[in-house]
Amino acid sequence: MQVSCGREIRYHAAMKFLGLALTLPQLFQVLPWLMLLACGTANGAEQPNIAAAADLRYALDEVVVAYERASGVTARVTYGSSGNFFSQLQQGAPFDIFMSADEALVQALARQNLTHDAGDLYAIGRIVLFVPQGTPITADKDFTDVRRALADGRLNKFAIANPAHAPYGRAAREVLQAVDLWALLTPRLVLGENVAQAAQFARAGAAQASLLALSLVVAPPFEHAGTYAVIDASLHQPLRQRMVLMRGAGQAATQLYAYLKSPVARAVLRRYGFTLSEQ
Amino acid sequence: MDWEALRISASLAAATALLLTVPGILLARWLAYSQRPWRSLVEAGLTMPLILPPTVLGFYLLSVLGTGAPLGALYQRLFGAPLAFSFTGLLVASLVFNLPFTVMPMQRAFAAIAPELLDAARTCGLSRWRTLWRIELPLAWPGLLTALIMTAAHTLGEFGVVLMVGGNIPGETRTIAISIYDRVQAFELQSAANMSALLLLISLAALVVVSQLSGARRSERGLL
Repeated sequence: MQVSCGREIRYHAAMKFLGLALTLPQLFQVLPWLMLLACGTANGAEQPNIAAAADLRYALDEVVVAYERASGVTARVTYGSSGNFFSQLQQGAPFDIFMSADEALVQALARQNLTHDAGDLYAIGRIVLFVPQGTPITADKDFTDVRRALADGRLNKFAIANPAHAPYGRAAREVLQAVDLWALLTPRLVLGENVAQAAQFARAGAAQASLLALSLVVAPPFEHAGTYAVIDASLHQPLRQRMVLMRGAGQAATQLYAYLKSPVARAVLRRYGFTLSEQ
Repeated sequence: MDWEALRISASLAAATALLLTVPGILLARWLAYSQRPWRSLVEAGLTMPLILPPTVLGFYLLSVLGTGAPLGALYQRLFGAPLAFSFTGLLVASLVFNLPFTVMPMQRAFAAIAPELLDAARTCGLSRWRTLWRIELPLAWPGLLTALIMTAAHTLGEFGVVLMVGGNIPGETRTIAISIYDRVQAFELQSAANMSALLLLISLAALVVVSQLSGARRSERGLL
């Protein structure tokens, strides 16, 4: 018993060291309350959740801020690759609106009865060849200097989004195949999880050139980050971007969706290079 | 600094550590004392999340929690909301991948208790629960607290499983580790740097406390 008393004292000393003066039984009584306190999360007004293709990163941020100012409703946006969102939505991910960079994914979800309707085309995406600041490669839309840089060793890594599930990655692969660079570049490719991550690789200088979304490189964070050339749209399948309201989306999401189709939202998208024409 | 993500991470860490306390103690005791032949198998199974790539764990969890799977479908029927990509789903995943972080330190703490002491308690007529309460817990508490701190700290830092099962939904499943990843992709490096520094400090503090606790354990053993 003497021994055990020594331990009790030590236990109290250690608890005081941790800022708690509790006996062990007291500690176990307090823990559930602490837990409730930690878990009691405030879920206020209904906040619509958007799953958005990564190329919308800056354009949609601006739209959402404008919407918040106009309506007082804050939308929550998750950016990622459209293909990933597609599989998450099939698993029941709680997004109200899906803004895909590939309309086929929206159409597939619609066929599975997971959406409210067939959705709306909201943009045609464009691809650019981007070269980060300080890299001695010229960004030209015919890839002339990229080809030369590949031969003389100026180009070591080339960043694109993952063609397996990112629409911009697939379009990038089509472009590189069309200009006969795919086979040459394959060993030098760095794949981003989505086009924004590919942009991050390029902007950080980890890749000397990359194929990115026009909507990203015209955004403020890219202002002095490098140079770019818009790639001919005929070199890849058009990036027809479709958005859709998911089945079961609430009132707030429906109103936001209507706003996304409005001329005000369109005007913002247009400033980021998103047009509705294919040329 | 993404305060919302910090709140979610803190809630997840606290809930995980607390929900694992009792099952952790029971499992750890059984592992520490049991002589059964399948003990090693159970121990190996519990330790697996430590070795498995988070993506493998995330894949299996997703295939169990998704609306297409029995558990996910049952939850959906009961609560009308999907389990995957929700805080609750994340918590379920967190309980699974944290099991070894909770059980292993606890198991070591129970195993370190001198068997003579437990025999003495039994000879004095103490019931199993009284033995646990009066002898084992007072002796093993530094190990138990270490386990809970390690669990909470590990939850704050877990990335792969959270991304696969949680899906980066702000206000619901975007933890601080995911938020850092997201901020880097948005080129908000200052925000990413602040949050990284915070996680660094929390990890360091947790390890200092754990080290102090193991010091306490050592000096106690010296008493025996």
